[in-house]
Amino acid sequence: MTAETTELSLPSRIDTVATAAAAVAEFVNRSGISEEAAYGIDLAVREAVTNAVIHGNRQDEGKTVDVTLKSSPDAVEISVHDQGAGFNPEEVPDPTAAENILKSSGRGIFFMRTFMDEVDWLIRPGGGTTVHMVKRR
Amino acid sequence: MAELNINERQAGDVTVLDMAGKITIGEGSVALRTAVRRLLEEGKKRILLNLGQVSYIDSSGIGELVSSYTAINKESGQLKLLNLTQKLQDLLTITKLLTVFDVYESEAEALNSFK
Repeated sequence: MTAETTELSLPSRIDTVATAAAAVAEFVNRSGISEEAAYGIDLAVREAVTNAVIHGNRQDEGKTVDVTLKSSPDAVEISVHDQGAGFNPEEVPDPTAAENILKSSGRGIFFMRTFMDEVDWLIRPGGGTTVHMVKRR
Repeated sequence: MAELNINERQAGDVTVLDMAGKITIGEGSVALRTAVRRLLEEGKKRILLNLGQVSYIDSSGIGELVSSYTAINKESGQLKLLNLTQKLQDLLTITKLLTVFDVYESEAEALNSFK
């Protein structure tokens, strides 16, 4: 298969999560990746976009969430960029630690790390965070 | 069509919520929260969530299940789960929540467990 790239620029609203997930599902279907991998990508994208909308851009509709999708013979790569202040992913508490199990939030990054092969963050000093995720074929 | 459809029925003193659709951030999670909070306000504290037709759940939906569980426990009630899909069971396993929730595959067994 050939490489393909798609870019989306979406408003910072909760319904953007479903919009992004639908666009990614279509892209992933075209990429021919397995159904199980597609499920993991879908969940990871929903969590990444949720974080960008809520924690990054704080639902400020003047800010966009930008999603880049790349498909190659080896992998599907997804980047989600927000215009927020950034955070330190290493400081996010482990949701499976005994003291956190009954918390009502804090599992999104855990799901991203669980279902994708690589997840890393680029925090820009001028503001904005990009999470880059890779699912290998 | 709503993201999550919730049908309420009574089985003795247990309220069963048959849910179909997605429990995801926004509409689905809010629908679950609203339904459970309303039951608590009505004094219905024994609640069985039938999740067999829930096709998808994200971390927000998992969080709402946890919130429902803690809210009902706080009122000295009981929340139990019925008919988990494989995907939901996997998510509850990796988040170590499967041991927190009381989970059943048979409605009769689930209903008996409240007694």
